[in-house]
Amino acid sequence: MTGLGLLLRKEIREQARTMRLVAVVAVFALLGLLSPVFARYVREIVEAVGGGQFEGMIPEPVVGDAVVQFTKNMGQFGVLIAILVAMGSVATETERGTAAFLLTKPITRGAFVAAKVIAIGALLAIALTVAGVLCWIYTTILFEPLPVAGFAGGVALVWLSLVAFAAVTFLASVVTRSGLAAGGLGFGAFVATGILSALPAIGPYMPTSLWGAADALALGTVPDPLAGPVLANVILVLAALGLAGWSFRRQEL
Amino acid sequence: MNAELAIVARGLTKRYGDVLALDALDLAVPTGSVFGFLGPNGAGKTTTLRLLTGLGRPTAGTAVVAGVEVGGRGTDLARRIGYLDQDPRFYGWMTGRELLTFVGRAYGLGGAALRSRVDEVLETVGLSDAARRRVGGYSGGMRQRLGVGQAMLPRPAVLLLDEPVSALDPEGRRDTLELIGRLRGASTVLMSTHILTDVERICDRVAILDHGRLVTEAPMGELLGRHARPILELDPEPGQDAAVAMLVAALRAAAWTREVREDHGVLRVIVTDAEQAAAEALPLVVATGVRLARFERVRPTLEDVFLQLVGADGTGEPGPVEPGRVEQVP
Repeated sequence: MTGLGLLLRKEIREQARTMRLVAVVAVFALLGLLSPVFARYVREIVEAVGGGQFEGMIPEPVVGDAVVQFTKNMGQFGVLIAILVAMGSVATETERGTAAFLLTKPITRGAFVAAKVIAIGALLAIALTVAGVLCWIYTTILFEPLPVAGFAGGVALVWLSLVAFAAVTFLASVVTRSGLAAGGLGFGAFVATGILSALPAIGPYMPTSLWGAADALALGTVPDPLAGPVLANVILVLAALGLAGWSFRRQEL
Repeated sequence: MNAELAIVARGLTKRYGDVLALDALDLAVPTGSVFGFLGPNGAGKTTTLRLLTGLGRPTAGTAVVAGVEVGGRGTDLARRIGYLDQDPRFYGWMTGRELLTFVGRAYGLGGAALRSRVDEVLETVGLSDAARRRVGGYSGGMRQRLGVGQAMLPRPAVLLLDEPVSALDPEGRRDTLELIGRLRGASTVLMSTHILTDVERICDRVAILDHGRLVTEAPMGELLGRHARPILELDPEPGQDAAVAMLVAALRAAAWTREVREDHGVLRVIVTDAEQAAAEALPLVVATGVRLARFERVRPTLEDVFLQLVGADGTGEPGPVEPGRVEQVP
């Protein structure tokens, strides 16, 4: 892992200089902020737009709606952003030739891959933390305070689900050496997990299953099952990243 | 590993599917030399350099660079080499100074020593004024100079430079070539190029590659002596096209003529018998009534050798041997 620290500093500076950090955090912050607002006012909005025809059809919003809206937003826009962030991470450097520039220096391929993975994970963690804090504050203002530990645990589960999709896309980015192909495969995996989650045998272990568990945790209850899905997704992430590292070490640049 | 040899390749072969890019290359580059690696486009020069850096993997054969066997894991090889890609690409968001500092840190440099070395390299490659500008805004020539700078920054034992001056203007090319020449003795430089005058200017030894095969490899002087044929250069005064055409025909018919090339109005006659040619060429000039501005027996150049060994059009076809053929040299 020679050069890992140097490459990590480079990745962080790159995210800041290219405005990727700001853009991703801003989108997540907006999603975090709007989730409780939308949950609180969706009834009024629909009734106002419908001119009274929907009056009484939508129940009074509760705190759980804010949480569900948050995980739903992260499960859609958050996943898409995670795929966008991961799809070009290795492929772009391979295509542009900057990977060849780096890897003729005393830097190992393992460090190159690890720095990318850590940077993606950290970017999603920072963005989700900001989104989570804003969501919690606005939920407290508009509804009632959520249990802090449970809500943080829920956000951590959402983070794990995003990292799972990012890891699969990252693997595709390494193997296909094309950002576009990696994005397509990442999105394909997103759609496939949506379909597979309907199967009782494997559905609870899909990354998408973590969102329901996140809702329960955020609302102060312990989801069942929890350990199995978490473990399954951790294994999925580690397997995807291990395969990516193995594949990259064998590639010619 | 012979300490006198900085690079040794034995049977180095690279195949991409059905395409044989490099065919059992044997190469020995003396330590401290500036070694020119010549060949037409697609000859296998870049493939060789990428194999020597470890970026590519050989289909067969072995190579040792600066005492390190290529293809092993770890960073031993990278610590001993500096590499410039033929189309160098860097992080556009970094400034020139930041990029060199980043490279220096990768080699374990730091503090005042790194700052001083970065300043020195920026000055050497003529980028001090652009040091604070983002690399993304650099021209192709500036990027290439930055590429030379990053390759030489850690003072590597071996510098592998792929077309190091191809994007430079004449002044930049001269300066960079002088810089590479000054590295002689301190580093070993393996420089690929298709600009023959550059090689002639600074290289001690030359290898010519064609269709993935090593055609020849020798010290510059020996190569010229071994392969170059005597050449007569005739420079007719302008405005006598018909007479010059007659002269070309007469030269072509001469028994001692191997080839006649017309290069911007100057006739270069490659001969098989220098004495006979010197004695008989001028009477032909007189007989055809051509007025000459210059008649000279010239030293064969690397270009003459290259064209003879690889082919005049760079296609790898052998140079023409039939007497009297006229080549238009660009």
